[in-house]
Amino acid sequence: MSPIVLLRDQRARELAYQLICVAVVVGCGWYLLSNALANLARQDIATGFNYLGREAGFIISETPIAYEPSDSYGRALLVGLLNTVKVAVLSIVLGTIIGTLVGIARMSSNPLLSRLMLLYVEALRNVPLLLYLFLWYSVIIFTLPSVKQAIALLPGVYVSNSGLVIPAVVWHSGFWSITLAVVLGTAAALGWQAVARRRRIATGSSQAGWPIAVVLFTLPIAVAALLFEINVDFDWPVLGKFRLTGGAHLKPEFVALLLGLTLGTSATVAEIVRSGILAIGRGQREAARALGLPDGLAMRLVILPQALRIIVPPLTNVYVTTFKNSSLAIAIGYPDLVMVSNTIMNQTGQAIEPIALFMLVYLFLSLATSMLMNWYNGHVALKGR
Amino acid sequence: MFGKACRVAAAVMTLGASVVTAQAASTLETVKARGKLICGVSMGTTGFALADAQGKFAGFDVDVCRAIATAVFGDPNKVDFVMTNINTRFQALQSGEIDVLSRQTTLTFSRDASLGIDFGPAVFYDGQGLMVAKSLGVNSAKDLDGAAICTLPGTTTAQNLADFFRANGKKFELVVFENPDENNNAFFSGRCDAVSSDRSDLASIRAASKSPGDYVILPETISKEPLAPAVRQNDSNWRDIVSWSVWMLMAAEEKGVTQTNVDEQLKSEDPEIQRMLGVTDELGTMLGLDKAWGYNIIKHVGNYAEMFDRNLGEQTALGLSRGPNTLWNAGGLLYPPPFR
Repeated sequence: MSPIVLLRDQRARELAYQLICVAVVVGCGWYLLSNALANLARQDIATGFNYLGREAGFIISETPIAYEPSDSYGRALLVGLLNTVKVAVLSIVLGTIIGTLVGIARMSSNPLLSRLMLLYVEALRNVPLLLYLFLWYSVIIFTLPSVKQAIALLPGVYVSNSGLVIPAVVWHSGFWSITLAVVLGTAAALGWQAVARRRRIATGSSQAGWPIAVVLFTLPIAVAALLFEINVDFDWPVLGKFRLTGGAHLKPEFVALLLGLTLGTSATVAEIVRSGILAIGRGQREAARALGLPDGLAMRLVILPQALRIIVPPLTNVYVTTFKNSSLAIAIGYPDLVMVSNTIMNQTGQAIEPIALFMLVYLFLSLATSMLMNWYNGHVALKGR
Repeated sequence: MFGKACRVAAAVMTLGASVVTAQAASTLETVKARGKLICGVSMGTTGFALADAQGKFAGFDVDVCRAIATAVFGDPNKVDFVMTNINTRFQALQSGEIDVLSRQTTLTFSRDASLGIDFGPAVFYDGQGLMVAKSLGVNSAKDLDGAAICTLPGTTTAQNLADFFRANGKKFELVVFENPDENNNAFFSGRCDAVSSDRSDLASIRAASKSPGDYVILPETISKEPLAPAVRQNDSNWRDIVSWSVWMLMAAEEKGVTQTNVDEQLKSEDPEIQRMLGVTDELGTMLGLDKAWGYNIIKHVGNYAEMFDRNLGEQTALGLSRGPNTLWNAGGLLYPPPFR
């Protein structure tokens, strides 16, 4: 075919545009990368990921896994990543629960409740998250007493501007057998619940299933407690010269970030839940009422399951945003991935690699969240049959 | 749509190309062609670099910039200040955004060897210290076992602390802040028992507090921090200009040449003063500068002692003593090489 004929063919033309576009993007990327590499080499700036194996030499205040300054930069990054995941996942769970309740309450017929919820949502959604983080952090460190005058809520439970301290449980033996028993018990109880539900749907007669569920849950734990030696101690917090030592600590940096992320997420979730519920036809609610379902049951059995189909796709966005927003941690001293990367950047002088690395990690986290939510969406979406 | 993408691509290419060409010329030529020096300073540190209500910068690091600008142009005001934060300061220098970095930056081996930069002489011999509230009743950093310590993520601060406590077999809780204000708030609120930074910086933090008398800087210096200006690597001439401008300040103090007496000193019989001020010999022209460069620096900026007293000394809010930042013949570390 001659080029003229090709040019007249719409499909070929479209393909050509696409190819040129890809070539330009790849070309630009390659140009920028090679330029950066050439400049780095010319200026004798070290490159590569060799630094990951070198000793980190700094302390991290929150370590979900064992970490010492003598560990490597790679392990320090892992600690930062786990801190990011910890705070983001917790705020997503809490934010979704609070947000759903707020979203439903926002449509309450009680004007006081619905207005209050309106205020909650608007106040949280219209001020940048960073300012809230500063606010919560300042509230914690300036209004609570210093650690020497810590408030004892209960014996062994202290609140101060250095956070919340509770007695820690120390397992000398029996930890794994009890954990296994709890897992088994939960699985048995849930299984029983499913069986009872299927029987109810099949026969139409419902009987209280919960006593059996409770027995199924407690039985393995009781058996484990009898069979294996359980040896548990409490590590009580004690006021040392400067700090409360011992016990389990909830640091103010973590609490402020969790609070900020949770409230921010909950406000957005509330609006999404409200829009999802409003999108369900009025007729559905009226039909449920005509069947004699009280409002609460109508919401739980009729409205919410349908609304979920509308709610889930935008929720994915909120969750991904929460992950990314957790990087604001650096402003209030919570050692997340970005903060650890920054310290590493300062110590090694290499900037491009740590930034590339944490961009990759965030990309991965976002994609994983999307994938999980898409899977769930496929689960609840209306099936075309 | 497509044409737009092409234009963007072309713009990116020219941008990249222009960065490359900008660096090909020597820094001195670039600065002279531009008509002013661009100097990277800190984001606002009392005594080192702080803009006043009129936006005029003052401080020790700022005066180093002014000395270099005066050496090149004979005018201390032909300099623009760029505030650099602790994470981007070296990139700003590497990329050519600034001509010289004068920002409380410690000269270390790995920075010199791996960042593509060169350092001038140390302008201030500092060391990392710890500050606590007097009410804590602590007299030594070694008594801080188990304490919470606030610090900025910068540099090697966190590493030095970890090293010091490990070496002494002590533990501590580290709280790191990106923003100096949050760092200071956390310390003043009692979230942390101590705050750690370079001693000069601790003096700045203390000076900015409501009641400076309530805080004490502990005697231990846990690291060596020679603060030095930095320039891009492989521009020997420009590095010489920066180095000798700094040494000019020190030599002037050594020879007793001050801002007020520099005009009389033009008639001095001392051959070294004559060479420094450009009365005899033309040392300046060897660097590509005016022969009166030394005279100009001292006339407009003063000597090292005047710079120190004006910005950091006992009479200022910081109230720092000269310490090791005294001339060699008075027991200090300042040792300007001979001007000949």
